[in-house]
Amino acid sequence: MAAIEIKNLWKEYGKDVVLERLNASVEEGEFVTVVGASGCGKTTFLKMMLGTESPTRGELLLDGKPIPDEPDETRGIVFQRYSVLPHLTAMENVMLSGELESSRWLGWTFGHRRRALREQALEMLESVGLNQALGKYPHELSGGMQQRLALAQALIKKPRILLLDEPFGALDPGIRRDMHELVLDLWRKQDLTVFMITHDLAEGFFLGTRMWVFDKERLDPQDPASYGARITYDLPVGNSDKGTLQSITRSVDTTARALGA
Amino acid sequence: MKKLINRQAGPVGRWALGLLPFVILAVLYLVASDARLDANPNDKLLPALSSFADAIERMAFEPSKRSGEYTLLADTLASLQRLGIGVLISALIGLVVGIATGALPLFRAGISPLVTGMSLVPPLAILPILFIVFGLGELAKVMLIIIGITPFLIRDLQQRAEEIPTEQIIKMQTLGANTWQIITRLVWPQIMPRLLSSVRLSLGSAWLFLIAAEAIAATEGLGYRIFLVRRYLAMDVILPYVAWITFLAFAIDFALKRYSRWRYPWFHGAQ
Repeated sequence: MAAIEIKNLWKEYGKDVVLERLNASVEEGEFVTVVGASGCGKTTFLKMMLGTESPTRGELLLDGKPIPDEPDETRGIVFQRYSVLPHLTAMENVMLSGELESSRWLGWTFGHRRRALREQALEMLESVGLNQALGKYPHELSGGMQQRLALAQALIKKPRILLLDEPFGALDPGIRRDMHELVLDLWRKQDLTVFMITHDLAEGFFLGTRMWVFDKERLDPQDPASYGARITYDLPVGNSDKGTLQSITRSVDTTARALGA
Repeated sequence: MKKLINRQAGPVGRWALGLLPFVILAVLYLVASDARLDANPNDKLLPALSSFADAIERMAFEPSKRSGEYTLLADTLASLQRLGIGVLISALIGLVVGIATGALPLFRAGISPLVTGMSLVPPLAILPILFIVFGLGELAKVMLIIIGITPFLIRDLQQRAEEIPTEQIIKMQTLGANTWQIITRLVWPQIMPRLLSSVRLSLGSAWLFLIAAEAIAATEGLGYRIFLVRRYLAMDVILPYVAWITFLAFAIDFALKRYSRWRYPWFHGAQ
């Protein structure tokens, strides 16, 4: 059975249609990148995956069951900003999910339990290359290191689905390349199912296994909100030629201009 | 020559410029006091420095003839106790209610309008009610401080709790936290340094309410003393008392600031 199934999904806000007639299914272990112009429903889609928004029509299924309408531990998330907790050190940020699980009332652990959680957290922090920054607070870390920490924090919980919301949008190009390698590496090792939102087409083109382009097939220049976006391209990554990239770029740019106007 | 708007004071210049108004005020006072005492040696309005020294000696370092206590010390302890209890209880109420209304929309809907309404009541206007209900003892004075600053603390902390980025609340849920854990591990720790700065802001009003209550009904306390000696135009006592109150206010503020920097480095580092 597919991990995620989308059946005739619509999202509308009053008269504005954001997404219409979405149909897709994603197998376990796939790495889907979602690209598109801003305003084309990428973030709305992510919010529905998280559970902070619910579909207007249609179904969004995780392992055959509708996604709960509030966030929970089946779906991990890394945001572009504010992803780690500023009042905890790197180590405490990664230990947090374990502490929350083993102490439902206090949320704090002590003694041998705490030592065990520390061990696991240390391993996780090493795998993202943060073993030099264990006792540092997030504000003492660079942007790239903060995102590494956010990944470690989300992954130690072993979520069914990992959602990435433009996680590298604020990083320098060099750092961004390192982060791509890190994400691909973690994805392979931990058998993750990943959805990554990005507005960088090139990033979407070579990261992961599958790329979705959210775009408006029908575009009314006078009233761009009257038609919603759909998945206009669903491409396996690696098999796409230059011509496809160009035609996607053209179409996405046209939509972006219409929405921006 | 740079434009005035672009000119900055150096480290020495900043100190000198900062001290200058104090020096000018002190000189002005001495000149005026001298002139008045020249005209009338019994003038009480602007006492000379020697009268201040006498008054301080009498109030602070000699036991009172009537009670055998050191007056300044007894007054200070009485006032600080009232202030401390009042501010502590207000801070606790502010913390609990502020977190509840800031983090939980259902509580906010129920409690916020009431708090907003209460915060508009001028506390001094209900001081007579407090004296009637709680008598003229310690309780009424502490209650005035609590009623005076708690609504402000609640509203401020509620706002600070609402300002916690939604991303972090979502993040906590994806890490498996329930509502209570989100409060104990996210909202409460992040609110604590903000509580300290709200308390620092409210201390000015707390002193105001304390002195007002002491002026009306008390048998000791800093506010009681200055209103008592006012009857004798004893500026030589009033001015040192005012300076002492100012110093206490400054010392408490400074201590809270230092404590916050030491205890919550992430809060001050991130700003």
